[in-house]
Amino acid sequence: MSGGVPPYVRLANEIAAQFAHRSPEDAATAIANHLKATWDPRMKQALITHAESGATDLSPAAALAARRLQAAR
Amino acid sequence: MTLLKEPDFGTPARAGEATVDLTIDGVAVKVPPGTSVMRAAKEAGVDVPKLCATDNLEAFGSCRLCVVEIDGVKGTPASCTTPVRDGMNVRTQNERLGKLRRGVMELYISDHPLDCLTCSANGDCELQDMAGVTGLREVRYGSGVEAGANHMDLPTDTSNPYFDFEASKCIACSRCVRACDEVQGTLALTIEGRGFDSKVAAGAGVPFFESDCVSCGACVQACPTATLQEKSVVELGMPTRTVLTTCAYCGVGCSFKAELRGDELVRMVPYKNGGANEGHSCVKGRFAFGYASHPDRVLEPMVRDTIADDWRTVSWEEAITFTARRLREIQAQYGQGSIGAITSSRTTNEEVYAVQKMVRAVFGNNNVDTCARVCHSPTGYGLKQTFGESAGTQDFRSVDESDVILVIGSNPTDAHPVFGSRMKQRIRQGAKLIVIDPRRIDLVRSPHVEAAYHLELAPGTNVAIINALAHVVVTEGLVDREFVRSRCEDFKAWETFIAQPEHSPEAVSGISGVPADAIRAAARLYATGGNAAIYYGLGVTEHSQGSTMVMGMANLAMATGNIGRAGVGVNPMRGQNNVQGSCDMGSFPHELPGYRHVSDDDVRSIYEHLWGTPILNEPGLRIPNMFDAAIDGSFKALFVQGEDIAQSDPNTQHVFAALGALDLLVVQDLFVNETAKFAHVLLPGTSFLEKDGTFTNAERRINRVRPIMAPRTGKQEWEIVCEIAQAMGYPMHYDSAAQIMAEIALTTPTFMGVSFAKLDELGSIQWPCNVEHPDGTPIMHEDEFTRGKGRFMETVYVPTSERSTRKFPLILTTGRILSQYNVGAQTRRTANVAWHAEDVLEIHPHDAEVRGVSDGDLVALSSRVGRTELRARISDRIPVGVCYTTFHHPVSGANVVTTDNSDWATNCPEYKVTAVQVDLIPAPVATDAVPEPVVAGGNR
Repeated sequence: MSGGVPPYVRLANEIAAQFAHRSPEDAATAIANHLKATWDPRMKQALITHAESGATDLSPAAALAARRLQAAR
Repeated sequence: MTLLKEPDFGTPARAGEATVDLTIDGVAVKVPPGTSVMRAAKEAGVDVPKLCATDNLEAFGSCRLCVVEIDGVKGTPASCTTPVRDGMNVRTQNERLGKLRRGVMELYISDHPLDCLTCSANGDCELQDMAGVTGLREVRYGSGVEAGANHMDLPTDTSNPYFDFEASKCIACSRCVRACDEVQGTLALTIEGRGFDSKVAAGAGVPFFESDCVSCGACVQACPTATLQEKSVVELGMPTRTVLTTCAYCGVGCSFKAELRGDELVRMVPYKNGGANEGHSCVKGRFAFGYASHPDRVLEPMVRDTIADDWRTVSWEEAITFTARRLREIQAQYGQGSIGAITSSRTTNEEVYAVQKMVRAVFGNNNVDTCARVCHSPTGYGLKQTFGESAGTQDFRSVDESDVILVIGSNPTDAHPVFGSRMKQRIRQGAKLIVIDPRRIDLVRSPHVEAAYHLELAPGTNVAIINALAHVVVTEGLVDREFVRSRCEDFKAWETFIAQPEHSPEAVSGISGVPADAIRAAARLYATGGNAAIYYGLGVTEHSQGSTMVMGMANLAMATGNIGRAGVGVNPMRGQNNVQGSCDMGSFPHELPGYRHVSDDDVRSIYEHLWGTPILNEPGLRIPNMFDAAIDGSFKALFVQGEDIAQSDPNTQHVFAALGALDLLVVQDLFVNETAKFAHVLLPGTSFLEKDGTFTNAERRINRVRPIMAPRTGKQEWEIVCEIAQAMGYPMHYDSAAQIMAEIALTTPTFMGVSFAKLDELGSIQWPCNVEHPDGTPIMHEDEFTRGKGRFMETVYVPTSERSTRKFPLILTTGRILSQYNVGAQTRRTANVAWHAEDVLEIHPHDAEVRGVSDGDLVALSSRVGRTELRARISDRIPVGVCYTTFHHPVSGANVVTTDNSDWATNCPEYKVTAVQVDLIPAPVATDAVPEPVVAGGNR
């Protein structure tokens, strides 16, 4: 359950869990590619903003993916 | 079209080359070996009289009407049971044969009520036809009651809601019994008694309704007299004309002859040349069409300013103007992305295409999604990643070539019964069956069908199991190395991944509850048993790892070389009639028609050029995202085409909150459904009997849906969408559904060769249909995968976060039942409720006992998100710790308790794993009243 966590954070963490077996770099690339391909811009922006705010509820790979998304803009 | 009576060849066709030469009544015939003399005669244009023979059943040889003379053969053999041989010379007509046949007819007629003029089968009775064909002029034994002992006083069984069994007219030809066996595979009927006392019986002499009969109609179809007759024919009389169309229920996509008197639909008869069903049907498609004329149908548009107001019936013009004005106002106030639409898998390809075009070209965003989001979106994602195409690989006929059938999270006999029957027939012929399901579905053990292995896994552990199967294949040397080397990529990395000890059956056994040796044995059978095919359903996709599981199955198929020919493949069983089509038509927010990404400049330019407007290159909101955005306030208006999201989507409380937060909800549907209770505009839709267009079934088969009557609302649904688009300032117009398909073909490579004219010519087409495959593609990936090489994907098992606890100790999983369909909007408005009037909760005897629950008790079903009440059914079909319900009824509303967990890749909800508690509700007074829903926090 989300337990008050914003949906985009929960979803990003769930995606990250799927790539946890990869190196952090590879995982972040895969997550960022997936988000880029399937997420609405407002969700991507919300994730980027959330990651930039220093939130700690994002998994490291998801946070890195958010930074990748921001850098690609 | 006048009434279409399909030619009956008497016995089934035999496969193979026509190499046997014979002569029948002087006509030279060449047919395949094994063909009956009767069929060979018919193919030569010679009709041999018959009663017990029909070409969808094996010959029986009981009626003796089809006797013939064959040179060199003593006596007069039955032509139905006599196979052809080279040089055979057959005579079907002469005085001797005529005399024999008249003798047979005399015996039949002596025990038959001669009420032809008032009989319900008058004009459609083979006994009547044969009396004419054989030249019967007298009955030496008398007839009817004059003939002595007879069966005229046998009672008529009217217990089935849809057909009667008038036993007094039965000629004991066994066609119904054989149809129930050979076509349907239920074996509900039998011949009871011996000699003169022989009679057809449903099971152990109980009425049809109480028997094992599944009301598929095969017996009614097979009956040569009025013995088994549709009640509608009894009441209305014989139909006079036929329109060929396609069933609007499940993803099998059965072809039917809609038989009418004038504009009144009398009955739906399965079409023998239907590519998907080949003459078979189920209770829904065959009989449950009455919802189309149900008084609950809304036929005029309705509008209201707020959901607290009463509906106002308005003109089409006012409804469309109101809708368009409000959509533009909301965009002006909240931004271009503040509105969107949901398309329906119950509508035609053309209707879906129109809606997604409206969203992209008129709304100016990609906020379009389809109800396939909540069922098969992981199929689209997983198969695209691995094979390169978001669709199943085989045609239904392929299962006839399967040696091993692996069914995972699918219940074909209930959810896809016509294909389920075909699958059962193949298993009876010797194919081995593996079932992976927490529940003991009927396929696991039914008459003459028994699974070699039933892996009764814990809900939520699919990926662990599929990985374990693949682990066995890799570590025991069962990989098809040549297939992998020549056709696939990324194998090495996957092989290393899957060979890790954590994927071994021994490790997975602890996670899944399935014994390791059973996993190993099933894997060996799949890998080495010959052609192995996977069939799966929502028990795969509706998990938080649905996409991973689809990729896992694709991995397994590729590793064993089970792709690219008849009898193998990976096959999603689609729940609704046009799930495949709604996805094909570009309903996903990141894909244009044909599964091409919106970021692809070349693809976008095709539509931008044709539509004369830019298309956004970023994905839009998915359905769950729309709900979240509605609650957050950035999404304000939604157009819902033919779906009841308030009932079908998970976590009802969350859905209610989202719908209640919208400034504008437009619902296009047949009925005021649960979603419409939150709507501001209700645009009445058309039933499948009124639609003109196409549906695409689970095997990518595009079938024509032809209107048998004018739309009762005055408009096709795509016309309404076009008028909204026009009222919003965009010139969107089509003259016909055929014109929409022409645009689809023009812009979508996989549909390049499809047109209504070609569909009329060929009957149906399985996409891709293009220059290389002008008549379509029954089996995909034959020489290479759509993406070139098949790609192995690493499928990590990530357990769902949904866990049972002391407070919620049971796991609820959901599924379908034969007689009801989806949320029941249609089937609850038919006599199908006689079989399933309300959803029930299946609970294991042990779990019931510790809660003091008895069969039929009212229980409270609670999860972390909601609570409802329903009746308990004690059943050991489910394991201890698991309970099960269907999702067909709004009263109990199974989705009141399901969570908003979803598949990581697609957001497909995790309907199949919900931690729940079940508590007995003591009955204060005996009551038969249907319980009211109890929705925690609901805002209805």
